[in-house]
Amino acid sequence: MTAEREPLYLRRRQGFSHWVRSGEPMVWFNAGAVSFALLAVFGLLWLLAWHGLGHFWPRELLQFSVNSETRQITVLGEQVSSERVSAEQLRGAGIASQAEGGWEWRRLIKRGNRDFFGTDFIWLLDSRVLEVSRPSGVMRVERLEWGNLYGRLLWLEQDGKVITDADADADADADGVWALFQGLIAANRSVRDEIRALEREEVGGINFAMERLRLRERGLVLDGEPVPAELARQRAMLESQYEGARRRLLALYQQSERYSYRVRLADGREVTLPLGQVVRAILPNDMGPLAKLNYYRLRLWEFLSDEPREANTEGGVYPAIFGTVLMVLLMSIIVTPFGVLAAVFLHEVAGQGRITRVFRAAVNNLAGVPSIVYGIFGLGFFVYGVGGEMDRLFFPEALPSPTYGTPGLMWASLTLALLTLPVVIVATEEGLARIPQSIREGSLALGATRAETLWRVVLPMASPAMMTGVILAVARAAGEVAPLMLVGVVKLAPTLPLDGNFPYLHLEQKFMHLGFHIYDVGFQSPNIEAARPLVYATALLLVLIIALLNLAAVALRNRLRERYAALDGS
Amino acid sequence: MSRVSSPEWWPRWRRFKDQCATLAISAGGGVVLFTILMLFVFLIYEVLPLLRPATLAPQASVTLPPVASGPGWLSAEEYGVLAFSVERDGSARFVRQADGSELKRIQLAPAERSVSAFCRGGDGATALGYDDGRVRVVRAGYSYTVLDGQRRVTPVLDYPWGLEGLQTGANAIQRLALSSDSQLLAVQQANGEIHLWRQRQTPAAQSPGQPLSAPGKVPLGVQPLAGGLHLMDGGRWLLLLTPEAGYRLWSLTGTPSLVDEGRLFAEGETLSTSTLLQGELSVVAASSAAGLHRFLVTGRGQQAKLTRVRGYDTAGVVIERLLREHRRRGFLAFGGDEVQWFHATSGQRSLRAPLPLPADGALALSPRADRLLLADAEGQLRQWVLENPHPEVSMTSLWRKVWYESYDEPAWVYQSSASSSNYESKYSVTPLAFGTLKAAFYAMLFATPIALGGAIYTAFFMAPALRRRIKPLVELMEAMPTVILGFLAGLWLAPLVEDHLSRMLTLVFMLPAGVLAFALAWSRLPIPWRDLVPEGWHAILLLPVMVGLVWLSMALGGPVEAVFFGGDARRWISTELGLAYDQRNAMIVGIAMGFAVVPTIFSIAEDAIYSVPRHLSQGSLALGATPWQTLTGVVLPTASPGVFSALMIGFGRAVGETMIVLMATGNTPIMDFNLFEGMRTLAANIAVEVPEAEVNSTHYRILFLAAFILFVFTFGVNTIAEVVRQRLRARYGALG
Repeated sequence: MTAEREPLYLRRRQGFSHWVRSGEPMVWFNAGAVSFALLAVFGLLWLLAWHGLGHFWPRELLQFSVNSETRQITVLGEQVSSERVSAEQLRGAGIASQAEGGWEWRRLIKRGNRDFFGTDFIWLLDSRVLEVSRPSGVMRVERLEWGNLYGRLLWLEQDGKVITDADADADADADGVWALFQGLIAANRSVRDEIRALEREEVGGINFAMERLRLRERGLVLDGEPVPAELARQRAMLESQYEGARRRLLALYQQSERYSYRVRLADGREVTLPLGQVVRAILPNDMGPLAKLNYYRLRLWEFLSDEPREANTEGGVYPAIFGTVLMVLLMSIIVTPFGVLAAVFLHEVAGQGRITRVFRAAVNNLAGVPSIVYGIFGLGFFVYGVGGEMDRLFFPEALPSPTYGTPGLMWASLTLALLTLPVVIVATEEGLARIPQSIREGSLALGATRAETLWRVVLPMASPAMMTGVILAVARAAGEVAPLMLVGVVKLAPTLPLDGNFPYLHLEQKFMHLGFHIYDVGFQSPNIEAARPLVYATALLLVLIIALLNLAAVALRNRLRERYAALDGS
Repeated sequence: MSRVSSPEWWPRWRRFKDQCATLAISAGGGVVLFTILMLFVFLIYEVLPLLRPATLAPQASVTLPPVASGPGWLSAEEYGVLAFSVERDGSARFVRQADGSELKRIQLAPAERSVSAFCRGGDGATALGYDDGRVRVVRAGYSYTVLDGQRRVTPVLDYPWGLEGLQTGANAIQRLALSSDSQLLAVQQANGEIHLWRQRQTPAAQSPGQPLSAPGKVPLGVQPLAGGLHLMDGGRWLLLLTPEAGYRLWSLTGTPSLVDEGRLFAEGETLSTSTLLQGELSVVAASSAAGLHRFLVTGRGQQAKLTRVRGYDTAGVVIERLLREHRRRGFLAFGGDEVQWFHATSGQRSLRAPLPLPADGALALSPRADRLLLADAEGQLRQWVLENPHPEVSMTSLWRKVWYESYDEPAWVYQSSASSSNYESKYSVTPLAFGTLKAAFYAMLFATPIALGGAIYTAFFMAPALRRRIKPLVELMEAMPTVILGFLAGLWLAPLVEDHLSRMLTLVFMLPAGVLAFALAWSRLPIPWRDLVPEGWHAILLLPVMVGLVWLSMALGGPVEAVFFGGDARRWISTELGLAYDQRNAMIVGIAMGFAVVPTIFSIAEDAIYSVPRHLSQGSLALGATPWQTLTGVVLPTASPGVFSALMIGFGRAVGETMIVLMATGNTPIMDFNLFEGMRTLAANIAVEVPEAEVNSTHYRILFLAAFILFVFTFGVNTIAEVVRQRLRARYGALG
């Protein structure tokens, strides 16, 4: 009989009901669950990577001749997406559709020039498009304000006078104008860097010193002491310094405002625009793959290293990366000693009685308490409670404007330290539990005290576990947003919390954070369509950081297991 | 050996170090323990004041300079510095609360006239009705200047209806009512005639003493003499209450018309006293049979009627006087030589204290409801300090349906703020708790099959080599920041699902059906072909199949929509099913949050199944059971506590998740289980509102209460899960 040769469920020609009864379909369903989860994970990562990384690639500029209701218009821009819409939907939006089959394709074009057209984006119905071309010599200009500009460069002006030959139709001339344009942009960039450095460092420093002076003066007044003339002298000095800086700034601004460029827009309009506003200009349709790659590299670097522009919808996320890293660092500095101490206490010092068990269970369960609860605790206890008290005691001169009694970096770090405490404790305890008792006993038998055993034998052996715990804590903290919204994160921080002004690290300042950046730009931005690619890129960055941290934790854990695998067996 | 030659103090030094280390570690552990306790204690500490009863502390009374007649009207200034009193003979004065000294005295009427009726308007205005038919409106205002850190108060008296007031007729004024904007007066004279007087100019355009353009006068005819006359809702309704507890309600929008009349109480009960509440939308009336009831105008236009919405328990005391709060829906009820403090919305009595009230005295409650003043006939100004920070909150108002103003029925409503300050706070936590459970339910609905199916397959069927790769990958997913899931759900998935609803629905049916079809086809393949894929790699085999199925669903979605949903699935849902459809709805949240809890459930459940001792399953297989039979008959029952605990922990996580819900729903606190509508959860509510909540206000404490509920709930769920898991571990120990 076949049944003796192989199990029932492997029989070749079993009946359908047999097959069902054997449970084989259920096994397949379970396998389906795994593949669905895998598919979802990969799909999600692919989605983020596709949208996030694709954003920096220079897209071709397409020119459309479109039959509008009354006349023919020309649209120049990048195609963002295309989709199929039902004719009903279009009619609902007040557009008459003559599509057959009730469906029609339309595409979303980013045509930029918000200062002239009002909106960055336009939907084009394919049935209305008469002609699509890929013109050469059209440029894409990234600007400090008003978003991108698309058009054709005509000539350049200095102090209102044309400095290049206006006959831009000749190819050689056009190349010359373009080269000059790029040169001026580069020169202007260095002027802008200088302005920024001056504003950030010098003017920022002077303002900081002035504010400190004001607070000192007010503090003296509050204490009923006379204000020494020295303060007035210092103030006068700062004011004169400020005046000098201001004059230099003015000169730089004037220098950057000298040049302008003339552009012909898609609709034939010709406009003159200030060159000082230009960040970068390219001719996407005339770029080779290498040039595009180079441009991609530049944009990616800008994203990582630059500050956001235009209400966070353009530019980079450097302050957010900086804020995230700094906050996480501070948090780990706080959480590591306490987490390790608590774990050592639980495992090595305290008696393993009922109270310790309850304490351990409480710590475990804290890991499941929603992060928002920590957030509101941080706000109520740290910010309003401790911070408010600190302000009354140490910074009465700044009141009523709070110094520490308002959300800030320190409170965010403390709150997240509290949030991640269970992670560190549990991981460290796990490491301590893995160390065989015989090793401790050996050390004690050789005459070492408990402290020496702990310090010289147990802790070094448990250190990879501690590291694992801290890394996991960091990964959790880096991705946490909800509590941070309450205790210190802002959408745009004017300065980094670390700068050249004493005491260099400003724990009371608010900071930017990658996770909150995603939430804020994605959901509170006035121009979501324009900001969306940047949100994807930010999300990808955050995922990468957290994945790396987690992989590091996994690798450490594996190393730890290998290291003590031999000990376990003994 | 060096140790032998070490100095004599060395052992003591080492012992000292040892003790120090133990102390330091214990201290560190203590700090952590303390912090954890602190978390719990602090939440309670912030919530507890909500339950604190009100207090009433008598202060020393002061003697006022004597006047010719008894006190008629009293009002208190914001900061407890001044009080404004009007005597029966029409003389008005500002006095200091601290010592009773007079700051300013104004004679409002010729000495021979006396005031027969008083009534309160908005913004410190008082209408005085004289016995010769004259009505005068005075407004006691205060201007504050800060000098050397000291606040100085200067009283200002002005006359919104002109210095001379209004001659309404020849008879004495019986009752009058002034609307909250001081623009409309309802006057009943002693002969029962009622007239409405509407001011034609805005008060801002006048200065005291300037003649007004003649006010418009609308007669309402002769009516029964009123025991209470109230202009409600900014002059939209006029309510007349007779001493016999009858009522008449006029609508004053357009031409005044009587819309409702009837009795307030049961037969035989008469009206004792009544008052409007702050906001002028509801009336509280006390009956002679110790009843105390709140009435609202419900319905619109001609269908409007006066409805009793709730009663208050006066503990058998007949209420003789009512005094409303200025900024909340609270009121003081005096009677039987005691005072009781109620809040109209919550129904909470936060105070009951002895306080004998003289028959002839004027009462005033300060705008902040922190001082009670009583001017009695002997010229004494008696004072009490009151405290009642959170009367709005009671178990009823938090969890049960409450009949709010402007609602036609009791409802669960959470609305923490509104544009106007005249707003009845609606702090029902029920919609938030409901939303939390709804979101968690749909998330679990999505996550449970995937996580448990995945866990079962990975732990029991999957090839070990594959398992070693899959498991860390899924665990990595656990660290995926939820803000990213929320962002994708809100900005990518929600519009996608809305546009391709039929495709998504097709996918839901297509995936299981397709997997089943593939499995059947696979089982019909010849064995050598099947052997190409080793046992335990089905999941990988299914990957391309799944991709194909997704593609197929996308392709079939259009025709499916045309056949089953009449071409537009969204419209089909609203017209055929009668369900509302939001773009960011519970389905989106379910998917996104389900995605967030899948790794949690998967990881714990997989551990539990994997740790079932091998010899159990091997024994079952040896006895001839199929792998699936072994799983359902032996492995799963053994591991079920672990699976249960995984589900609990996943549920706990879904309950507390903030960012996904915040980003993937519209955050409207509704009580509807509809899959296609959103919700507002406790966690998201905290995140949205706490930065704006005023510290230590009721709103702030309600948010802490929400946090406390979340804390206790998740802590409880996790504890149960943990206990179950401990039991399981013990069981495995016994089995192994």
